[in-house]
Amino acid sequence: MRNNCADAGERRERLMSRSRVAWVALPVALAMTLSACGGGGGGSTSAGKEDADGTVSIYGTEPKSTLFPANTTEAGGGKITDALFTRLVGYKAEDGATYNLAADSIESTDAKVYKIKLKPGQKFHDGTDVDAQSFVDAWNFAAYAPNAQQAGSFMAPIEGYKDVHPADENAKPAKDKMSGLKVVSPTELEVTLSAPNSVFPIMLGYQPFSPLPKAFFADQKAYEAKPIGNGPMKFVSRTPNALIKLERFDDYKLEDKVHFKTLDVKIYSSQETAYQDLVAGKLDFMEALPPSAKVGEKYKADLGDQVLNANLLSQSAIALPYYIPAFKDNVKLRQAVSMAINREQITKTVLAGSYVPSDGWVSPGIKGYRKGVCGEYCTYNPDKAKALLKESGFTGKLTIQSNQDGGRKEPLEAACNSIKQALGVECEFVGATNFGAFRQIVDGKQLTGMSRSDWSADYPSIENFLNPLYRTGGSSNDSNYSNPAVDALLEKADGTANPDEAIKIYQQAEDLIAKDMPSIPVWNEKGIGARSKNLLAAKLTFTRDAELAAFRVKAKS
Amino acid sequence: MGRYVLRRLLQLIPVFLGTTFLIYALVWAIPQDPFSGKCGQRPCDPSYVAEMSQKLNLNDPLLIQYFKYLGNLLTGDFGTTFNGVSVGEQISTSWPITFKLGIIAVIIEAVIGIIAGVLTGLRKQGFLDNLVLVSTLFLISLPVFVTGFVLRLYLGPQGFDIMDTSVSTDPSIGELILPGFVLGSLSMAYVARLTRTSIVENRRADFVRTAIAKGQPQTRVVGIHLLRNSLIPVITFLGTDLGSLMGGAIVTEGVFNINGIGGLIFRGIQEKEGVLVTGIVTLLVLVYLLASLLVDLLYAVLDPRIRYE
Repeated sequence: MRNNCADAGERRERLMSRSRVAWVALPVALAMTLSACGGGGGGSTSAGKEDADGTVSIYGTEPKSTLFPANTTEAGGGKITDALFTRLVGYKAEDGATYNLAADSIESTDAKVYKIKLKPGQKFHDGTDVDAQSFVDAWNFAAYAPNAQQAGSFMAPIEGYKDVHPADENAKPAKDKMSGLKVVSPTELEVTLSAPNSVFPIMLGYQPFSPLPKAFFADQKAYEAKPIGNGPMKFVSRTPNALIKLERFDDYKLEDKVHFKTLDVKIYSSQETAYQDLVAGKLDFMEALPPSAKVGEKYKADLGDQVLNANLLSQSAIALPYYIPAFKDNVKLRQAVSMAINREQITKTVLAGSYVPSDGWVSPGIKGYRKGVCGEYCTYNPDKAKALLKESGFTGKLTIQSNQDGGRKEPLEAACNSIKQALGVECEFVGATNFGAFRQIVDGKQLTGMSRSDWSADYPSIENFLNPLYRTGGSSNDSNYSNPAVDALLEKADGTANPDEAIKIYQQAEDLIAKDMPSIPVWNEKGIGARSKNLLAAKLTFTRDAELAAFRVKAKS
Repeated sequence: MGRYVLRRLLQLIPVFLGTTFLIYALVWAIPQDPFSGKCGQRPCDPSYVAEMSQKLNLNDPLLIQYFKYLGNLLTGDFGTTFNGVSVGEQISTSWPITFKLGIIAVIIEAVIGIIAGVLTGLRKQGFLDNLVLVSTLFLISLPVFVTGFVLRLYLGPQGFDIMDTSVSTDPSIGELILPGFVLGSLSMAYVARLTRTSIVENRRADFVRTAIAKGQPQTRVVGIHLLRNSLIPVITFLGTDLGSLMGGAIVTEGVFNINGIGGLIFRGIQEKEGVLVTGIVTLLVLVYLLASLLVDLLYAVLDPRIRYE
């Protein structure tokens, strides 16, 4: 659900950055010889003495909502709440595999009732205990409709959610607590879901499932100004639009504790300036690099082994909405368009190698991903594409709609050109001014042609790539796709307690989706970030975040 | 004089009301749902939309919304943005920085611009005149962000290393000199040309000829008689420029990552933070009005023929 950071505020920044390219071309050419590839597996390290009480500064953007964990759905605020709170499970930076953090064990026999035990002795930053009640209270708060928490709907699988969050927004909720949450003892809780859900333990690592201390419920205004969490870092101070300062919480004992003292989240209005600061050593970490640094892979020359790579949970696709008559049941047309897009060439040239061609509906690097699910239909083949188009009987003009800022326009224009050349039909890119304007068209089901349909998963599970997008009535099923067979398989997979078996059934669903092709997979983004030379080690996660536990600060000599 | 100032100050009230209403209406009239795109790739939860609309009075008719806003404003409450941070706090952290930056830019453009203008105006068609003409032409044709990027590249760590790539969270005056120069560079060129033209014109004026005929020294003729009279258009330009430098420093602030009003207003417009935009623009309107009042009063100082009664 994270708002792809490039969408919201970068048009101005891009304007500025383009002109910069020419000015830096010369030094780049000189420095090219020094270029080396960044460390693999998300991390990068160098030798040197470590400073256990050092300061790390990372790139940030101004949070768009209050710093409550269940109200933070975008990257700017997520960065802060992620460091302030620890949830029951964590995700491994490399592949998103879950491991227990606050939880000692999570058990279920039927994927419906989960028995969760907490590790003893955990504290909030104000010294109070992290107990089962603090989780239950926080989840109830998130779900209760009048609290208006943006991510409240993530509590939907829990039994009794409908009572606290009625489907009709004007109705008063009957209760303020979900019946599915039960505190057994201070370190044990029992969660009953309204239907079996095998990925619930994975969801538990997502932000809205953070616990909240008593202080939160006592005075929310005060809490807003100075959040108290249970995570590896505690809140120190905040200057709006400039700086958020966090500090190590010394009573934190869990696996992902940090090895430095202070974290400065510096707010930048321009990614380009932040990049300059990073190269100059004034900023220590960026999870994404500005477009100008990616041109000609300039960042490799600038940063050498300080570059960080990671797989991301992102899937870029072009959707063909079912509410448009020409697209409705025309699988041949979908296949023809897909085979007319030269993914290989566009990712290499227009996208400057920061994306790779996609061959399925699930992003590579997570459990359940298989190579080549889309098969020949996602491989460029203009001859076959032309033949398929003929069979489809489609005539007329194709359009691709998207917001045109944040670098979204160029690759889709290239895709359109590729389609035009391969199929010989007119294809035009139709741009909306910004992400908000584009979402308004999509949410209102007012698309008039194909559209950009990019998805970044909320948590690392194959389920999150399928249920929200392709299930009838899914929260992001913008194309109105509906296939009862897919729905049935997804439901069956949700109810399968054994995770490996569940994945197999999700894969069957993906195979069915591949036959219908509700959207055309185009490319997957590669995570490219960087650290400064002040750090000995840093790591980028698959959620495009800093893995703070892996950061090591270089001692100043 | 006192009555004139009072009358001007009273005029501020209707202007203030009119502009704030216009801005408020315009911001909320942008044909886009304030909640679209706020919650990422899925529509916002209806309960969230309902709750926030209630908080921001979005369900009321525009006029009532505006008066509610105005009522809060008069009690010193600028409202809060979507992220729960009060607009007053955001303005109070950004305002001093922008103010410093604006003043530095105006001082730089005034000092360099007027000196260059006077020198070239007195020695028309000399080498210096041509040099200033060409260099101001160059500055005028360069967009501000080009100036900013070039200076940062060559003076920053990758060049001569005499400045940082961005300023700190609470920048000192020293740190702001270069951004101030970038910000003021375009207007500096205009000031130089304006001063030059004005000086050239007034050199042939009767009162200058009289002053020379009276045998007054050159410095007095230029400094008192010529310059004072020539500065009226320049002061007018500088006065309005102060306002536009403060609100329009978006690009410069972005290049040097200065947490100022320009960046704040840009973000406010992009994210449809109506209260933020209205709050800042209200403040900018006041700055414009006060600056133009100051300019009008300065006319009287510069030219004794102008009287305010």
